[in-house]
Amino acid sequence: MEAFLHQLVSGLAAGGIYASLALALVMIYQSTHHINFAQGEMAMFSTYLAWTLLQAGLPYWVAFAATLGISCAAGMLIERVLIRPVEKAPVLTVVITFIALLVIFNSVAGWVFTHTVKVFPSPFGAGLLPRNPFMSPHEFGSIVVTLAVLVLLYAFFRFTPLGLAMRAAALNPVSARLSGIRVGRMLALGWGLAAAIGAVAGMMVAPVVYLDPNMMAGILLYAFAAALLGGIDNPLGAVVGGFVVGVVENLMGAYVIGTELKLTVALVLILGVLLFKPAGLFGRAVVTRV
Amino acid sequence: MAAILEVSGLHAGYGAADVLDDVSVRVEEGGITAVLGANGAGKTTLLRAVCGLIRRRGAVRFAGQDISRAQTEDIVRLGLAHVPDGRGTFLQLTAEENLRVGAITRRDRAAVAGDMERVFGYFPRLRERRAQQAGTLSGGEQQMLAIARALMLRPRLLVLDEPSFGLAPLVVQDIFRIMRAVNEQERVSILVVEQNARLALDLAGEACLLETGRVVLSGPAARIRDDDTVRGAYLGY
Ligand SMILES: Nc1ncnc2c1ncn2[C@@H]1O[C@H](COP(=O)(O)OP(=O)(O)OP(=O)(O)O)[C@@H](O)[C@H]1O
Ligand SMILES: [Mg+2]
Repeated sequence: MEAFLHQLVSGLAAGGIYASLALALVMIYQSTHHINFAQGEMAMFSTYLAWTLLQAGLPYWVAFAATLGISCAAGMLIERVLIRPVEKAPVLTVVITFIALLVIFNSVAGWVFTHTVKVFPSPFGAGLLPRNPFMSPHEFGSIVVTLAVLVLLYAFFRFTPLGLAMRAAALNPVSARLSGIRVGRMLALGWGLAAAIGAVAGMMVAPVVYLDPNMMAGILLYAFAAALLGGIDNPLGAVVGGFVVGVVENLMGAYVIGTELKLTVALVLILGVLLFKPAGLFGRAVVTRV
Repeated sequence: MAAILEVSGLHAGYGAADVLDDVSVRVEEGGITAVLGANGAGKTTLLRAVCGLIRRRGAVRFAGQDISRAQTEDIVRLGLAHVPDGRGTFLQLTAEENLRVGAITRRDRAAVAGDMERVFGYFPRLRERRAQQAGTLSGGEQQMLAIARALMLRPRLLVLDEPSFGLAPLVVQDIFRIMRAVNEQERVSILVVEQNARLALDLAGEACLLETGRVVLSGPAARIRDDDTVRGAYLGY
């Protein structure tokens, strides 16, 4: 029973990471109708940035906050410089831009930081939680942090004028402009937010998978499965999908197929969703009159 | 009398070809101007050009400022609210969120809350449906929502593209009554494109008639309404 609970909790902790990254994917998808294949590598690069700041002697949470800020700014810059020019280009051009971004981040990280695997610290300490043998402090902390990010984002989009403006800009750009919303800025801000969310995911997962330039490859695949499972344009679905994928992946890995085949679960999920329910489990909540 | 909107010598279009050819239109401060014309005459194109949504060339002055090179977002912020062709509703947002988007550029929060009540006064149906997803509103309710959203800007000029489109006669009457009230009580000037020439000419002080991208007739609405030759030739009633 304890082993099972432990797998479940590990699944939830991983699920929180997938949910965050899936949410980043959905945010960009909603405004551009493209999957940002470089989302994972951007998160990896942010994590290296955090590592550098920590090496420089900054306290963990200061480095954490600085990483979020810098990642957000970098995300906005990427949108302005690389994505804006191909906004109206054919799909293939955009996809290639995203893949170029992926390769660039990956190689630059390898070049600057080398491919040697690095240890990334957890702010929550090692060992086990007192009187709670099935959950490590990092798993607990990481679940709390990812949930906090999700709740904050929900509140931001739901209750602030800026959040509303961003939603309006993504849903109907022309109407948004006619309401005085600067749509271009909202798109850039969306990239900034997505990059910052990715940075959180990277910093939370790095203590588990260790830091190296390829650390996010598998995780992006899980996040992609999560986003598809929930419905690629449904933020809430992506979050639920993230936790489902995390738990399923862990339980399958522990009891059914073994850890080597875990990544296959993500691929099977992706294929299954695309084949049988392309709109995702949560479909799309747009109700249109017929 | 001063004009709130003055368009002259306007050329505009999509891609390489011009749709509008040397178009001039005026809306007096506090006045209503109707734009009439057959399908494809360029009425929607004219409104889009005024708001800077498409390529254009010529003079456009709004509230004393040259807006011929301004961005749409900035023109809106000067107080020009445009209810576009097809209404431009944010279907996935609630009715109330749509209204809040309409007021999103305003900084006077308290007044915005007051204006929300005011538009609910004009459109009581919207108050009942404020929490409902806008995509599930009826066509008439969506048209009301679109006008209400535009009013939330507290505009100086309201630009409407076929507000009667697809609506039952009673709803159309209601909407025209509210447009008149907004114009008379709040001194909001109006530029309205309308297929229903009779209704439009009753509402408007000035009118102009577009035909394949050119103004073929303009002047006081009453004169156009009472001119039998014009009615027979262009308006078909
Ligand atoms: N987005 C567009 N791209 C290219 N051409 C367009 C576009 N929109 C309109 N046109 C062309 O411009 C001309 C004028 O169209 P417009 O929509 O302004 O007419 P309208 O007077 O509003 O007609 P209706 O009464 O049917 O709404 C038409 O010939 C149309 O084909
Ligand atoms: Mg039209």
